[in-house]
Amino acid sequence: MITDGVLNSAVTILGTTKAISFDDKVLTYFDIGSLRFVITESILSMWLIMAVLIIFAVIVRMRLKNFKDEPSGFQNFVEMLVEGLDSFVGSTMGERHRRFTPYFGSLFLLILLSNLSGLFGLRPPTANYSVPLGLALITFFMTQYFGITSKGVKEYGKGFLEPMAPFVVLNVVGEIANPFSLSFRLFGNIVGGTILMGLYYAMLPWFLQIGIPSFLHAYLDVFAGVLQAFVFTMLSMIFVSGAFADE
Amino acid sequence: MGNISNEGLILACSAIGAGLAMIAGIGPGIGQGFAAGKGAEAVGRQPGAKGDITSTMLLGAAVAETTGIYGFVVALILMFANPLLSAYRSLGQ
Repeated sequence: MITDGVLNSAVTILGTTKAISFDDKVLTYFDIGSLRFVITESILSMWLIMAVLIIFAVIVRMRLKNFKDEPSGFQNFVEMLVEGLDSFVGSTMGERHRRFTPYFGSLFLLILLSNLSGLFGLRPPTANYSVPLGLALITFFMTQYFGITSKGVKEYGKGFLEPMAPFVVLNVVGEIANPFSLSFRLFGNIVGGTILMGLYYAMLPWFLQIGIPSFLHAYLDVFAGVLQAFVFTMLSMIFVSGAFADE
Repeated sequence: MGNISNEGLILACSAIGAGLAMIAGIGPGIGQGFAAGKGAEAVGRQPGAKGDITSTMLLGAAVAETTGIYGFVVALILMFANPLLSAYRSLGQ
């Protein structure tokens, strides 16, 4: 499929034919025993994003003891970030689920940086279907786990028989479709943006490639990227908080 | 018709299919327009709640976009990762 590196095509523009490729380029590979580990562009950018997030977290932790009551500079930024994510989770999931802030906050930051990495010439990791699918499956299993533990197995199973017993098929299919709709929404938006930018750069002559692409980047990378990171996190939070029993 | 190869026919039909799949774009267009119209109405009635209205509207618009994205993914697969062509090639072996 798309992730296997067959995302190639050829375009003919102004009489000349160019081969363009949107696939995940294989940078290097190594063998351990009989297993072949392939390092692609997506894997490289994923590790770079992880490194950025981890280094940021370590820097914040190291400077934490220097933080004062009156914030300034770097401390202002960190407090704004933490408070923003905390109130985002609190207002979407309700005050009693604030303990989910660390997970959904880091989920949001990871998807945000992944989507924005296209701006730095990297291939967005979210344009590889395995990343959105993996993140959506975490949400799916969280939904099932918290549904079972907070309601009990009996009550949880009864939820599938609403409003009548024959609806169990529809309910099960609807539940399984959730991670796919969640992941395809993110994947389609990002891979669409990547392909449009690739086509623009591959097809048009050099004098149209100065300045003009910045508007396309502003829409496809920044606007769509931030919006999809927001939507993915928000829908995950709604699914998880909906799984809990009512109080 | 005699001089069109089987693979050429599959490619041509896949291109038409990709075009047809993008008809799915009509639905989200109408839906998002509806969301934006209602959002504008709500801001007109309650200008103070502009921030809340905008974020709710963007969330709804992004969810309404999903079906269009499905059509887009189908079109992408048909154009760039053609499963029909590889199925035909594996038939020949």
